[in-house]
Amino acid sequence: MLTIDNLSAKVEDKDILKGLNITVNPGEVHAIMGPNGAGKSTLGHVLAGREGYEVTGGSATLLGKDILDLEAYERAREGIFLAFQYPVEIPGVSNMEFLKASVDAVREHQGLPAYDSITFLKLAREKCALVNLKPEFLKRGVNEGFSGGEKKRNELMQMMLLEPKLCILDETDSGLDIDALQVVADGVNALRSPDRSFIVVTHYQRLLDYIEPDFVHVLADGKIVKSGDKSLALELEEKGYGWLNDEVA
Amino acid sequence: MSQFIQQAIDSKSQNTLAWLSDAAKASNTDLSAHVFPTRKTESWKYTSLRALENGGYAPLSSVNTDVDAVLNAAKEDLNIHDVTSFNIVFIDGVFCEKASAAFSDINQSGAQLVLFSQASDAEQADIKALLSQKISHKKHVFASLNTFLINEGVFLRVPKNTHCKTPIRIVHINTQHENAYSTQARALVSVETGAQATVIEQFLTVGEKVDTFVNAVSEFLIADNAKLIHYRFQQEQEDTIHIGALHFELQRHSQLDSFHLALGGKIKRVDIDTHFNGEGGESKINGIYLPKHDQHIDYHTCTEHRVPHCVSAESFRGIIGDSAQAVFNGRIHIYPDAQKTLAELSNKNLLLSDKAQINTKPELEIYADDVKCAHGATVAQLNDASLHYMTTRGIGKKEAKVMLSFGFINELLNEIESDALATYLRPLLTTVFAKSPDLIRHLT
Repeated sequence: MLTIDNLSAKVEDKDILKGLNITVNPGEVHAIMGPNGAGKSTLGHVLAGREGYEVTGGSATLLGKDILDLEAYERAREGIFLAFQYPVEIPGVSNMEFLKASVDAVREHQGLPAYDSITFLKLAREKCALVNLKPEFLKRGVNEGFSGGEKKRNELMQMMLLEPKLCILDETDSGLDIDALQVVADGVNALRSPDRSFIVVTHYQRLLDYIEPDFVHVLADGKIVKSGDKSLALELEEKGYGWLNDEVA
Repeated sequence: MSQFIQQAIDSKSQNTLAWLSDAAKASNTDLSAHVFPTRKTESWKYTSLRALENGGYAPLSSVNTDVDAVLNAAKEDLNIHDVTSFNIVFIDGVFCEKASAAFSDINQSGAQLVLFSQASDAEQADIKALLSQKISHKKHVFASLNTFLINEGVFLRVPKNTHCKTPIRIVHINTQHENAYSTQARALVSVETGAQATVIEQFLTVGEKVDTFVNAVSEFLIADNAKLIHYRFQQEQEDTIHIGALHFELQRHSQLDSFHLALGGKIKRVDIDTHFNGEGGESKINGIYLPKHDQHIDYHTCTEHRVPHCVSAESFRGIIGDSAQAVFNGRIHIYPDAQKTLAELSNKNLLLSDKAQINTKPELEIYADDVKCAHGATVAQLNDASLHYMTTRGIGKKEAKVMLSFGFINELLNEIESDALATYLRPLLTTVFAKSPDLIRHLT
């Protein structure tokens, strides 16, 4: 699905990613953990195509296709979805208009017919119910005045509607209480399928109790310094990240 | 006296309302004393009137006789979906009975509406007592001109404790003529104690090139405990010059909710004066302006807090495209006695091109010490974070930009009291700045 080979990137002249390698196969869930400032969020932004994040070396391919030369919207249409750590509020643009524009763009790219408004409204309402958001949220401005948890659930709803190939969840658990975390995790788990992969970026192990990863990687100083199965997450929870520095050094 | 004013005075037809001759005389005196505004006049610093002075605008000698064709061309704006209103329609400044509601129907709904030209003796006395009493003619030369030339107008009285549920809509349609011409529009609205009404003022044009100068003056007197909901849509096309003066007088515990829209013209200038004369008054005035090409729109607002415990909130937003220009000047004046005033003023602008211009100035003049005031003006490009967020969802950059621009003004549309009017305005506004229909397909 996704192959990242020796990827380096910088932000405002500061090197953040320094030769990162990951291979994610279809259907797999990879968790990326690591201390603050390790480059976890940067990885998500670089993959999603944020301006100001400059790739200085290496490659990233999605199903064999080089994605680093693509614009953000092209990557989204190819099937990459980044659930933001801090979803952006867009007052004045209704959630419904936004979702329809998004889904239409992606489906059109994939050669699928556009949903008519009534079918789409029905679909959107269904997804709302799945993430435990009231249908009124469709009429409100995108994320406008949403609580932290509502924003995260809105991200999940978008993911459900777009049905991406690769989902990147950036600190989706931050700011969520246990109930909201359960809702989000249920949503993600329902989306797991043999032809969809996930990269779950998180600082805490807690989320991984709900979304069980196939692999856990530790990102420190711009590189993957350790990989393992889900037990690694538990070890990190217990020992913190300090011991890794010793081990790597 | 300037040549423009002299010519306008000379153009006054004999066929005017004799019973208003005192008011006309008084405004003639004002006019003589006026210095015609130039770029050196502070309140006209950014709006040149040269196109008006050189445009050869004179009153029409003949009216448009093809009324059906005009009404047919304007039908989409005359028949607004889900909006039931009593319409009073003028074509080129002349009342059009055919397109207007029957006055008897209006009067049955509780409101009393009459044209100046048809006013009874008693109504003439009422009009004379209220007309121009509150407008500062020293400040508004065009209002003086309007009063001087007055030969028609709408007088709406909403009697004490009457809730006039059906909106009154005053529509001015100007049509294409061979030569440039001018029309005057006048409205006088008195919402009496405890009464409530909705008034929509709409300015339209029919024709490819409507080279006209519309000089409009509207006065709204809102008595104790009364409420006025007011809309003013300037939808004339870009060859039109529109100069408007609005005056709102708010008495004790009265409320005003006023929404303004201006699509571009050669020159569009509107002065909105709001005077609080009784404690506990509340006003909300919002507006949107969208000039493009080489159009020019200028809003000057002035809120006079003369008395304590009043609340004013004002928010204007503009999107300026191509090499268009906009001017916003928002003044809040708080008198020494006006303690416990709450006043807010915000003006936000989006510039869509390097050549687009905005001159914005909030002005606070505060002479009381126990008040809360907030004011601010911003000029910005589209927000990068929002744009990026939308593109990560697959939305193309151009469409995302249009959606964001629309969102910027849609925030104010969302605050409109009437959903049906907001629904009417939305597609009208989206098409203004989207060059391709593809880009607005997701906006409703």
